[in-house]
Amino acid sequence: MEIGESAEPGDSGRTDEHWFFACYKEEVPEDGGVCIKYGDCQIALFYFARRNEWYATQNECPHRKQMALSRGLIGSAGDEPKVACPFHKNTFSLKSGINLNGNEQSLEVYPVRLDENKVYIKIK
Amino acid sequence: MKIVIVGNGMVGFKCCEKLTGRAPGRFQITVFGEETRPAYDRVHLSDYFSGKEEASLYLAPAEWYAGQGIQLHLGDPVCQINRQSKTVDSFKGKSVPYDLLILATGSAPFVPVIEGIEKKGVYLYRNLEDLDLIESRAAKSQKGAVIGGGLLGLEAAKALLDLGLREVSVIEYASRLMPRQLDEMGSQILMEKLKTLGLNILLGKNTVALEGDPGIRQLLFSDGTGLDTDLLVISAGIRPRDELAQMAGLETGTRGGIVVDENMQTSDPFIYAVGECALHKGMIYGLVAPGYDMAEAACCHILDQPKPFAGYDMSTRLKLIGVDVASFGDPFANGSQADVITIHHGPEGVYKRINISKDGKNLLGGILIGDASQYNLLVQTVRNKVILPAQPEDLILGDRGNAVSGGLGSLPDEALICSCESISKKSICDAVRFEKCENVESIKRCTKAGTGCGGCVPILKDLMTETLKAEGKYIRNRICEHFEYSRQELFDLVKLYQIKTCNEVLSRFGSQDGCEICKPVIASILASLWNEMPLRSGNGTAQDSNDRFLANIQKGGSYSVVPRIPGGEITPDKLVAIGLTAKKYNLYTKITGGQRIDLFGAHLHDLPLIWEDLIAAGFESGHAYGKALRTVKSCVGSTWCRFGLHDSVSFAIRIEERYRGLRAPHKIKSAVSGCIRECAEAQSKDFGLIATEKGWNLYVCGNGGSKPQHALLLATDLDEQTCIRYIDRFLMFYIQTADPLTRTATWLNKMEGGIDYLRNVVIRDSLGLAAQWEQEMDQHVASYQCEWKVAIETPEIRKRFTHFVNAPGEKDPTLDFEPMREQKKAREWK
Repeated sequence: MEIGESAEPGDSGRTDEHWFFACYKEEVPEDGGVCIKYGDCQIALFYFARRNEWYATQNECPHRKQMALSRGLIGSAGDEPKVACPFHKNTFSLKSGINLNGNEQSLEVYPVRLDENKVYIKIK
Repeated sequence: MKIVIVGNGMVGFKCCEKLTGRAPGRFQITVFGEETRPAYDRVHLSDYFSGKEEASLYLAPAEWYAGQGIQLHLGDPVCQINRQSKTVDSFKGKSVPYDLLILATGSAPFVPVIEGIEKKGVYLYRNLEDLDLIESRAAKSQKGAVIGGGLLGLEAAKALLDLGLREVSVIEYASRLMPRQLDEMGSQILMEKLKTLGLNILLGKNTVALEGDPGIRQLLFSDGTGLDTDLLVISAGIRPRDELAQMAGLETGTRGGIVVDENMQTSDPFIYAVGECALHKGMIYGLVAPGYDMAEAACCHILDQPKPFAGYDMSTRLKLIGVDVASFGDPFANGSQADVITIHHGPEGVYKRINISKDGKNLLGGILIGDASQYNLLVQTVRNKVILPAQPEDLILGDRGNAVSGGLGSLPDEALICSCESISKKSICDAVRFEKCENVESIKRCTKAGTGCGGCVPILKDLMTETLKAEGKYIRNRICEHFEYSRQELFDLVKLYQIKTCNEVLSRFGSQDGCEICKPVIASILASLWNEMPLRSGNGTAQDSNDRFLANIQKGGSYSVVPRIPGGEITPDKLVAIGLTAKKYNLYTKITGGQRIDLFGAHLHDLPLIWEDLIAAGFESGHAYGKALRTVKSCVGSTWCRFGLHDSVSFAIRIEERYRGLRAPHKIKSAVSGCIRECAEAQSKDFGLIATEKGWNLYVCGNGGSKPQHALLLATDLDEQTCIRYIDRFLMFYIQTADPLTRTATWLNKMEGGIDYLRNVVIRDSLGLAAQWEQEMDQHVASYQCEWKVAIETPEIRKRFTHFVNAPGEKDPTLDFEPMREQKKAREWK
């Protein structure tokens, strides 16, 4: 299954979309990110402890195609949670994946679910 | 021990202060003063006319003397010294025994022999009584005159103007004003300035008689001319008060003054003389500062900690009636001794003169009028015999239009600010003006400037600030949208409330959840203040990404590793160890500009393994990833070099080991050169040291990088310990007050008062924080630990060094290298 493969609206619930076990909660640092390997894909998983929220995005920064977003600093712009790429400090919304510096390239984002101390990510 | 001090002027008072302050209770001190008032500040005498209260000029109230156990006899001069019985007799009949006697009898005004000098309306300009008399006469007078065109005479003239006299004249016997400080040209420029203030100046006039009955009405000069006046002030220099000493048989100079040695002892070892009555190596010093130095020398000798008086540089800088006037070194050198360069800007009233040795190497002295801003630099240049540049005129021409910080206004509209995105200055200023972009984030969003390499972000910020200021908007220097505070304010708050975690700082003083701008600032403040290992105590994810993994992220996502090599000195065994580690982990190696070795292309996962090897070989973290002390570069110094004056390598190592790990608003670099040839390039560093014959010259706030700037001389001929104390204070002041990501050079450029202010803070301790800063720095040194050693020995930190949290053994498969010159390089950006 490829990340970013298009899915028609209303496709949710179909079999080509599912949750996978990423890691244990305690493996993710508070207010920081880790990188999850899923097949050949790399997903950045963030635990926003201050807001008690979890987010997942593609790990690759679209600006210079670097696998680095999981190592970026997270924070907020207004109310919007965001991550900054360590390379050139481009920032992206963790909710929508939109580039907050006004560039067109945005991130894939994935839903995250917490089950006891297990973290699951939903991909298509 | 009984000490008697004769004279209660500023210098006598300074002796009381020093003796009671340093050895409370050890001395029984008796002070005799001729005047009826306690010691007062004569330097600011003129302020008495400008409405300053008499009491505010007192150095200490009478109660102070009582509190210190000092017997104070005012209005009772000593009239005899009995050296045999070691007693003094006073005018009122007191006889007081002494073990040591200090003469601080000062000087009396020199009164020239003029017929009619005893007439009413003729005054000296010396003490508060004089001023009272002048003031009451001035109220009934129209015209005033001052004999003496020196410093004090001109001040007196200004005071007469301020008292409301219509016409005030200054009469000088010499052919120019301030003859001991200024040349003809300087005098002329000053004269023109003073004329515009309403002063009438008469030069080359010898007053021979005063007419009028009973009060003075006219002065008569030797050339037959005259001048009408209702009031005359005499300010024609000083005469040391040495009568007592002469009567007691102490050695005095032929033209007056009590002869003293470098400890201020007179020809009788139980008697000291200080201040304007003392004659040291043929010089009488008519200023208070050398008087204070003499008081220090005498008191230190009495306390058995000799601190000889070494003479005093009489360079002076003052604001004379609103005009900057300075004179330094030998202001008159010329002819066979010196080549003279002068600048004369008539309309501006500026005159500058420098005298340069015939070989063109040294500055001998000079004069500045109208603009004395280069005074400190020039005095240092003279004192330290600094070798002059090829165009010494630059010393007085100053900066001519180079784009220094704050000079952004001089850039043309089309100047390219962001070269990644090709954004001009105009586009950025327009975004601020018309698109209401009032923070860097919105400028980035609006123009895309600063979204590439980010190198122009500081200029964006400056441009925005200047544009907003030009629009008349008030700029609050806040860190980012999450804090209403500047870095310095936040630093003080965190310190005051002893806060240790990023989250608590955010919750107490910030809003929302922070961001990539404020979080590293908080992390840096916490690290500066508490010196805790940055990855401990839950602050790891607030660190900038390099700090978070204690290595520098490079193109492609690999890291580089820099072990510390203090002073650039390394053993062959350690070189081999670095080589072996680099081979083992397939790393590209390069010598850095800071005399270290950088190992590139490391996988995140390999970092702890690499450091295990390096630490086993005796290395420690080089903090190349941190806003911290990087490296202290050194030349080989006196151990090998035939020119070297001191051992620069050993000193560099000492400094590097003292400040290693110190976190700051930006990186800090340093260097130590063993002689004036400056092979270590210390003048391009945040702080640098250059060996001199007598010690070390300390330079600060230099910078290489995109806006090179030479470091400025902070202090000269220091011993190592003093050097370290000054650097402690300098660094702590910087850490406490600089804006985020501001190097010391920019910090100084934006500092009001510049290097003079910095020198006051660091050397004269004008903020009173020096002791605290030194103590904080000692704490830093004591609590230092190698971050990498902690990281590899702490399992919960070490396990963070994996690319995949759910596949810890696997490296990032997208990392890719290409071969080049028998090593590897990172693959190009896509």
